[in-house]
Amino acid sequence: MAARMIRASNDPVQPLTADRIGLTLDGTPHEGLRGQTIAGVLLAEGVLSWRRTSVGDSPRGVFCGIGVCFDCIVEVNGVRDIRACQRRAQDGDVVRTQHDELPEVTS
Amino acid sequence: MTDARHVLVVGGGPAGLAAAESALAAGARVTLLDSSDELGGQYWRHLPSARPAAHEERLHHGWQGFVRRRGVLAQHPDCTIVTEAQVWAIETGDAARDSAATLHAARDSAATLDASPGDAATRVVPRDGAAAENAAAENAAGAVSVTVHVLVGPPDGTDREPQTYRPDALVLATGAHDRTLPFPGWQLPGVYSAGAAQALAKGERVSIGDRVVIAGAGPFLLPVAKSLTQTGARVVGVFEASTPARLLRGWSSKPLELLGARGKAPELVDYALGHLRHRIPYRTGWAVVEAHGTDRVDSVTVQKVDASWAPIPGTRRRIAADAVAVSHGFTPRLELAIAAGCDITSDRFVRVDDLGRTSVPGVFAAGEITSIGGADAALAEGSVAGHVAAGGDPADVSLRADRRRRRTFTAFAARLERAHGIRSGWTGWLRDDTIACRCEEVSCGTIRSTVRRTAQTGVRSVKLTTRAGLGICQARICGRTVEELIRTAEHDAITPDASLSAPGDSGKDPIRPPVSTDRRPIVSPIRLGELAGLAASAQLPPDHLDLPDARPARSAED
Ligand SMILES: Cc1cc2nc3c(=O)[nH]c(=O)nc-3n(C[C@H](O)[C@H](O)[C@H](O)COP(=O)(O)OP(=O)(O)OC[C@H]3O[C@@H](n4cnc5c(N)ncnc54)[C@H](O)[C@@H]3O)c2cc1C
Ligand code: FES
Repeated sequence: MAARMIRASNDPVQPLTADRIGLTLDGTPHEGLRGQTIAGVLLAEGVLSWRRTSVGDSPRGVFCGIGVCFDCIVEVNGVRDIRACQRRAQDGDVVRTQHDELPEVTS
Repeated sequence: MTDARHVLVVGGGPAGLAAAESALAAGARVTLLDSSDELGGQYWRHLPSARPAAHEERLHHGWQGFVRRRGVLAQHPDCTIVTEAQVWAIETGDAARDSAATLHAARDSAATLDASPGDAATRVVPRDGAAAENAAAENAAGAVSVTVHVLVGPPDGTDREPQTYRPDALVLATGAHDRTLPFPGWQLPGVYSAGAAQALAKGERVSIGDRVVIAGAGPFLLPVAKSLTQTGARVVGVFEASTPARLLRGWSSKPLELLGARGKAPELVDYALGHLRHRIPYRTGWAVVEAHGTDRVDSVTVQKVDASWAPIPGTRRRIAADAVAVSHGFTPRLELAIAAGCDITSDRFVRVDDLGRTSVPGVFAAGEITSIGGADAALAEGSVAGHVAAGGDPADVSLRADRRRRRTFTAFAARLERAHGIRSGWTGWLRDDTIACRCEEVSCGTIRSTVRRTAQTGVRSVKLTTRAGLGICQARICGRTVEELIRTAEHDAITPDASLSAPGDSGKDPIRPPVSTDRRPIVSPIRLGELAGLAASAQLPPDHLDLPDARPARSAED
């Protein structure tokens, strides 16, 4: 296992009920709670990365968690470069892994 | 209340909340902006209102005070709170001229977000100093003329609402983000900044892993360990790079000063007890020097370090872990203050006097952009700055306690820096292939060899040659690291000054020393589609912007 959400029954803050929502990442369905960020939903499901880098083609997910590093950017409902750690998930969001090819070398 | 002073507060963390409350108490009309959709900043980050908890207070210190203050602000007739409000630029002086300049900078940088997939070229980031002339405030007359540009709506959205403010006084309380020094493997999924671990625990109730290693420097590692255990993780160790001797020197001299930092002592005791209860090993003089794994972390190597943080040979130890949270300190979010023309200190905070006044009349700063002293310091600083920004008398008795606390916490911040501040030996754990710039994937070796080979020592020219720091985060994560790598790369041409100043950082520049990588005229990416709306709100004809059909090639900077 890696990242995951604490079970409500074990959680000292005692979360109250929240609506369930669903999104897809590259077609695979994932469930979460209203109020979670897209990163929150994916991490709670054990998904650690949703982007591949341009140069090294290596996986990236959350790094700073507070909107500063842009490592977590993802395509949401056709719009690219959305920070998954900042954007709250909406029911039915269609999320796609982002991979930006390097442009042709010009120099 | 139309004739009341209008105080605009940017940042809804401890400093901004306190500033807003005291400005209201002093009779001002207040607008409070935060890019998040919840108030509280980093310290009181919590589950959102869509997903409330019965006992949020169990994760926080001072939660009741936060709830009270938030309630006061929400109910006050003279207070407007705007959340999801991203301040993306600040101008001073001749607003009309500057709006045009800023919009052009925005277009050039742009927003970059709208390219077709595969066109990484669009990630062109504002040039250093593109709007530097804006920063040279024209406030000699004493009257502030700051224009604050805001986009309101979901983060990175396509049609956020533009808003523009021209307040009588501006309080900047934008806080800090944690700074993680690079080490081999730090780009692997499963490696997080300690702040991310904290934000996910408090704001999502997500634990970054089952077996977590926490490392870096500073007392911040302790609340992170606590939150992680409260989120069901097993913290297998906390590794503090500062050596025991240095910690002892930093923390035990003048103990009365520490006691004066009320609120801190019990908080620290609480963390220490948490450590005992959960049997978390706390090691000093150790650092995480490598993360291992293919597509995610499976283990880390820790190593003993000396007083300068240089790794000591023969002491490497590998530890199985599925997540690692690393923070070596904090980097203040200075870009708005720099854009407003505020003086920056040599240790790179916003320069303020003991009333929170910056060098620009009418612009105030509070909280972690002025020094790293923790939430209580931020509260005291915010209270004082808000009161004075509202036109309140600094000698007011109501301010006395906060002014005293403010002084105590300044001493506390100095102590933190003495005990935990980054030491130069850390570069000893780098390898040539260690990534320095995460966005553009530029290695430490590339930066160093570029400096040696080309005799380039200016940050700007090395950035342009290597692309380090030119990615979408605008060097927020790597900027200071890249500067340090350039400075330490052995080359005769290097002098400390030359290595730190970018073109334009001349003696005349009001933004003194090494701020080249802190300067970001366009604070946050904007979409092309939003620019037309911005032009309209600045009363510029859209064609004035000459919006390009195709984004400029990545080579635009080369
Ligand atoms: C991720 C993280 C977690 C932390 N957790 C703890 C903790 O648990 N315990 C602890 O003792 N210390 C913690 N700290 C340290 C913490 O920063 C301070 O103790 C305290 O929060 C500082 O208060 P502040 O008001 O100065 O800034 P912050 O609390 O950082 O508040 C600044 C606010 O400004 C907003 N902002 C910034 N730029 C803009 C902009 N351009 N437009 C609009 N809004 C903007 C941000 O969204 C933020 O809400 C944490 C730091 C980080 C980075
Ligand atoms: S994880 Fe850094 S911006 Fe989202």
